[in-house]
Amino acid sequence: MQKMILLGDEAIAQGAIDAGLSGIYAYPGTPSTEITEYIIASKEAKNNGIVANWTANEKTAVETALGMSYAGKRAMACMKHVGLNVAADPFINSAVTGINGGLIVVSADDPSMHSSQNEQDSRFYGKFALLPILEPSNQQEAYDMVHYGFDLSEKYQIPVLFRITTRLAHSRSGIERKAKRAQNEMTLPGDLKQFVLLPAIARRRYKGLLGLQPQLENESENSGWNQYTDGPDKSLGIIAAGLAYNYLLENFPEGNIPYPVLKIGQYPLPRLWVEKIANECETLLVLEEGMPVIEEMLKGYLGNCLNIKGRLDGTLPRDGELNPNLVAVALGGKMIRGEEVPSLVVPRPPSLCAGCPHTDSYLALNEAMKVYGKGRVFSDIGCYTLAALPPLEAINSCVDMGASITMAKGAADAGLVPAVAVIGDSTFTHSGITGLLDAVISKSPITILILDNSTTGMTGGQPSAATGRIAEICKGIGVEEEHIRILKPLRKNHDENVKIIAEELAYPGVSVVIPTRECVQTLNRRMREKFKNKKTE
Amino acid sequence: MIMKNDIILAGVGGQGILSIAAIIGTAAVSRGLYVKQSEVHGMSQRGGDVQSHLRLSSRPIASDLIPTGAADMIISVEPLEALRYLPWLKKEGWIITNTKPFVNIPNYPPLEEVLATIASKPHHVMIDADEIATEIGSARSANMVILGASTICLDLPFEELEQAIRSVFGKKGEEIVHTNLSALRAGRDFALQHKNQA
Repeated sequence: MQKMILLGDEAIAQGAIDAGLSGIYAYPGTPSTEITEYIIASKEAKNNGIVANWTANEKTAVETALGMSYAGKRAMACMKHVGLNVAADPFINSAVTGINGGLIVVSADDPSMHSSQNEQDSRFYGKFALLPILEPSNQQEAYDMVHYGFDLSEKYQIPVLFRITTRLAHSRSGIERKAKRAQNEMTLPGDLKQFVLLPAIARRRYKGLLGLQPQLENESENSGWNQYTDGPDKSLGIIAAGLAYNYLLENFPEGNIPYPVLKIGQYPLPRLWVEKIANECETLLVLEEGMPVIEEMLKGYLGNCLNIKGRLDGTLPRDGELNPNLVAVALGGKMIRGEEVPSLVVPRPPSLCAGCPHTDSYLALNEAMKVYGKGRVFSDIGCYTLAALPPLEAINSCVDMGASITMAKGAADAGLVPAVAVIGDSTFTHSGITGLLDAVISKSPITILILDNSTTGMTGGQPSAATGRIAEICKGIGVEEEHIRILKPLRKNHDENVKIIAEELAYPGVSVVIPTRECVQTLNRRMREKFKNKKTE
Repeated sequence: MIMKNDIILAGVGGQGILSIAAIIGTAAVSRGLYVKQSEVHGMSQRGGDVQSHLRLSSRPIASDLIPTGAADMIISVEPLEALRYLPWLKKEGWIITNTKPFVNIPNYPPLEEVLATIASKPHHVMIDADEIATEIGSARSANMVILGASTICLDLPFEELEQAIRSVFGKKGEEIVHTNLSALRAGRDFALQHKNQA
C-alpha cells in the first residue's frame, strides 16, 4: 500500500480509526484541531459509525469520552495544552475511576507559543494524575502509538495521556497503516460502583492506582517506545524525548552518534534504562521539547551529585521550542546561520481579515468608550484578541477562555464602572455562561459584547454551539430583555451601533450587546461551495 | 547518490504556499522520496507571515525543521517575506520570489529597496508572478508561476510536477488543471531566461 502523507494530527486520527475507536470529542484549539477535523471529514469513520463531535469545551469532551469508555467502547478526547487545564477535573479523576473501554486523552502543547497564551507542558498533568504518557517523535510513531495506547489503557484499565507538540502536530510525513481492528461491543463495567468516587471507594481505587505504578514503569522499560542505544564514548549520555530525538539525529546524518542515547517515548520514565545511562556516563544531556520535566526529575531538589545538562543549567534555553541548531550547540558544535535578516524587514503581525465583522464592532465600541477613557475593556480568546494590536488597540486583557466577563465583574466590584467584556460566541458557550450568571446574580454594572460570527473562527471555522441562540441563553440566565441588544456590525450602521452601545454602557446593571454577522471566511467558503454546486447541477 | 532538497516556502497567510508544498510533496512521493513538511496553522494564518519547511530526501529525514544555514532555496510568493528567512539559506542557496508585494502593514518598506536587497544576493530568480498569471488568464495561479520558476533548482523532473498538478487539481476539473499547468510552464520559461547567477 502506498504511504499516506499525513499531518501528525491526522496520523493520530487515522490511527484511532484503525485501532477501533468509537467516539472522539474535542473543542478546537491550535495545534490539536486537525485530529477531530480529520475524523469528522472521514467517510471511513462515518461508515464505521464513529461518533465525532465538537463539544462545548474540553471538560465536556473528556467527560463524554469517559462516558463512552464506561459503556465499554474506545474513546478519545483532544485539546490544546491549555484545554487540559479546563479538563483537569475529569482528567485527574478519571485516573481514579479507571476506565472500561480504552480511553486516550490527547493534549497538544505549543512551546514557543505560536498560537497560545503560555507554553505549559502536559507531561506534568500525566505525572500529577499518575497516568502513563505517550510522546511520539514522528508521524509514524504517532499513528502506531494510538494502537498501543488503547491496548495499554485496556490492559491496566486506566486512561492514557498522549502528548504531542506543535511541530509534530503540523508537520506532514508518510504513514504506513496497520490492519484495522474492530470496535468494542457495548458492555457495562464489571463493578457498577467503579465510577462512584465516594471517599470510601475513591480511597480504595487510589491505592489501586498507586499499586499500578511499578507495572507501568515495567511497561515503559519493555514496550519498545523507550530505547537504549549504546555508544563507545561514555563522557556523555543523551536522554532525548519525543521530537527532540529527531533534532539529535539531524546532527548525525550518518547515524554515527558516539554516545549512549536513551530515547524516551513513554512515561513513567523507564527506571532501568535511566539508571544505566546515569551510571555509565560522566555527564548527562537532557533534550526535551517543552519544560525541563525529565531534567527536574533526575536532578531532584538537591541533585548536584549528577552532572546533568539541559534547560536548567543554560546548555539549552529555558523557554521556547528546540530546533536542530540549539541541539547542535548543546552538543558542543557551532551555531550555523545564513545571512541575518536585513534591517528593512519589518514584522507582519496577524490581523483581522478585510471585511471582518469584529472590526466594525470594535470601531463602534471604541467610539462609545471615548467618554470613559482607555483601560476598561476585558477581552477573551479568539480572532477578536487581535484588536489589542494597532490600529484598533481596543482591549486590555486576554487571559483564558471566559475570563472577559468575570474579570469585568471583578473590576466593576472594585469601582471600575462601566467595565466592558468582549467575548466571541464560541468562547461564550465554552466558558462564558457561568460568569454571566455570576454577574446577573450580583447585578454587576457591566456591559458584555458577545461578538457573534456564527463560528469558531481562529481555528478555521468549526461550528459554534451558540449559533442562533445567544440572546435566548442570556435571557434564560436572567439578563433583562430590554438590555439584550442585537445589532449588525456594518460600516453603514456605525452611528446607530455607537448609540446602542453607549446606551448600554450607561445602564448600571448587566447588559448584553450582540453584534451579529457571519465570519467572512466561512461566508466565502459557503458561497464558493454554493457556486460550485450550481455549476455541477 | 543522495538527493536532498531543503526548501523554505514563504508568504502571507492565505497566499497559497501550502498548494505549492502539496504539489512538490506529491511529486516527491511518486519518485519514492522521503518527505517532511511543517506548516503554520492558527493565529498567523490571519494575514501574518507564514512559512513552511519542506524537506525531500532519498534517505529518511530526521527533523521536521530545516536547520538555519542549511536550506537549498527559499521559494516566496511575496518579496518582503523572501528576506525574512535569510538565516535559513545556505551560502550558495537560491531565492525564487514573486516581486509583487502584499501590503497589509502600514510600515511596508519601499519596494525598490526590498527588490534591490534580493537582487544583491548571488542566486536569485525574481518574477512578477501576478502579472504572468494575469497574462495567461488566471490571476489566482500566481503561486503556480512561482512553483514553475523554482523547478530550475528542484531535483525533480518537470514532468513529475506536471503530473502532481494533474493529481492535486484533478478533482476541480480539466480547466483548472490546464490553467495551473500553463502557469507552471510560464514560470519555468521565465526563470530559464532570467535566472541570475553571479
